[in-house]
Amino acid sequence: MATPILQVRDLRTQFAMPDGIIKAVDGVSFDLYPGESLGIVGESGSGKSVTALSLLRLVPHPGRIVSGEVLFRNQDLLQMTDQEIREIRGRDIAMIFQDPQSSLNPVLRTGFQVDEAMRAHGKSKADAHARTIELLTKVRIPAAESRVKDYPHQLSGGMRQRAMIAMGLANAPAILLADEPTTALDVTVQAQILELLADLNRELGTAIVMITHNMGVVAGLCSRVMVMYAGQIVEEGPVEQIFESPQHPYTWSLLKSIPRVDALRHERLRSIQGMAPDLADPPAGCRFHPRCPFRIEECFTKEPKLLDVAPNQRAACWVTMDRARREMGADTLIDIHPGAGSGVRPGEEI
Amino acid sequence: MTRYIIRRLGWMVVVLFGVAVVTFIIAFLVPGDPARLYAGSNASPASVAIIHHQLGLDRPVYVQFVDYLWRVLHLDFGYSYRYSAPVLPAILQRFPATAELAVAGVFVEVIVGLPIGILAATRPGSIWDRITMVFTFVTLAAPPFWLGLIFLYVFGALIPIFPLGGYGNGAPQYLFLPALTLGLGGAGYYARLLRAVLLDILPKDYIRTANAKGVTPGTVMFRHALPNALTVLVTQLGMDLGYFLAGVVVIETVFAWPGIGKQAVDAIFNLDIPLVMGTVLFGALLIVGANVAVDIAYTFIDPRVRY
Repeated sequence: MATPILQVRDLRTQFAMPDGIIKAVDGVSFDLYPGESLGIVGESGSGKSVTALSLLRLVPHPGRIVSGEVLFRNQDLLQMTDQEIREIRGRDIAMIFQDPQSSLNPVLRTGFQVDEAMRAHGKSKADAHARTIELLTKVRIPAAESRVKDYPHQLSGGMRQRAMIAMGLANAPAILLADEPTTALDVTVQAQILELLADLNRELGTAIVMITHNMGVVAGLCSRVMVMYAGQIVEEGPVEQIFESPQHPYTWSLLKSIPRVDALRHERLRSIQGMAPDLADPPAGCRFHPRCPFRIEECFTKEPKLLDVAPNQRAACWVTMDRARREMGADTLIDIHPGAGSGVRPGEEI
Repeated sequence: MTRYIIRRLGWMVVVLFGVAVVTFIIAFLVPGDPARLYAGSNASPASVAIIHHQLGLDRPVYVQFVDYLWRVLHLDFGYSYRYSAPVLPAILQRFPATAELAVAGVFVEVIVGLPIGILAATRPGSIWDRITMVFTFVTLAAPPFWLGLIFLYVFGALIPIFPLGGYGNGAPQYLFLPALTLGLGGAGYYARLLRAVLLDILPKDYIRTANAKGVTPGTVMFRHALPNALTVLVTQLGMDLGYFLAGVVVIETVFAWPGIGKQAVDAIFNLDIPLVMGTVLFGALLIVGANVAVDIAYTFIDPRVRY
């Protein structure tokens, strides 16, 4: 494979809250390759958004990146001066956000806000303006010449998100971080936005990091996926492979919880039992063990490492789903409460 | 937008009518006979009665009230007993001094208050935040008459760099201390208000978007955050200006500033009811006018009001 454009090593971001330190991102490492489209999935609070924000050092107060490296073109973004990281933001690495309603400034014209992304990086007013119209046309906003004068509240939700994407792509960045860009939109508009992102990824070669809680979005857009749980990566690999043969019980449960039209009648929709863990005081051992149907003794005390489980696929699990299928009857399991497959239900359960 | 403005103007008329009613009632309830005052202490009961009649004070109350409204509508605010001259010209003659002081006071509020508010909001919890917040607390708590006297003592008597009050025919050194006294309390209020509003705005998503674009912190503050805080600030600013224009009684008195506030105080001591009523009405007009101006300013600040 080519050399990665972004290398993240042991990233840790914490929030000092009154009732303890929340370890929102706890030792995340991954590579991003030029032009690829990587999905980061996980529940709310799994640390996926904070991971993306940490890359550009946009973590809100009282969050703080405590350690790690983010290497972009052999430079550590975490060691740069404020001035240097500002030059990277929006020019080399751009970011778009979940709620296009609140992510655009209500008192500035839409066109101006797109212009600004370029003018902040040295483009002249006239050049920026011409390119804004070109960009808005490219993201399929009709009548872009007149829409630039509109304020955000005059645009529909879908159009606002298109404007956000135009803003993100303004300087033809090498990487686009997309933090749940379709979550706030209705389904048809979601599909259009995903299609648009896929086209732009193909045409412009922009690497996309797609943060979502929706496995369907990953299936539609990404080539590789990373699953996060409680601030850590629990599994990663090519999308088709992961969908076909997930090795971490959490990934397996996530995929089980997607409603499918073609599901057999007896295959009931399964939600994951229990609650996401408290990140101020995460469970010992594997963080998923309090909710895991296939946990064994090791899981309670020893933290599993992210290891190769198949070509290009890594998972952090003492059991892995291959074994759970073989030995614990995972495929025929009806009830998936904690310990259901393995029968390990110790008294001192958290 | 036109409908919006017409609606605001309609309200202005209603409020002014209310003020006229209240002023009239108060003037009617005030003890003391204006006719006696007007006639002088040596006048005979007969001449007082004549003046009583001349002033229309022997007519039924409702007739007096309708007559009063009618005259006010024609900008006839009555005749000052004391100066034996029409009230409105007397007010208008004093008004420029008050206007000068009011504008200067608002200027001090903004020039001192906004930078402090921005400084405190960008570094919440820091030592700068604490120092500035203590400062604003002091300026807010200090009564203006006391602050004015302290300033006069320190910068007028002890270190005589400013004159000890008076108008000085509009020379700027006469304006400085009254304007500072007037504006300082407001400045503290503005600093706190702006800090609170900015602390609310800075965590917003659109500020994060601006940062993600790579714009400078200055641009984030002045182009993205402050305009969103402007609605709140302008509301306060408009009310302050209207309030100051209506007469800054205490400060004009402390600094012997010849404005309408000081004139109104004198009028009260002299039982010069028409002049008091005229000043109150004039002030109400300015305050209500400033509020309507603020409402109209909204449409320029926030595009969501405009459409």
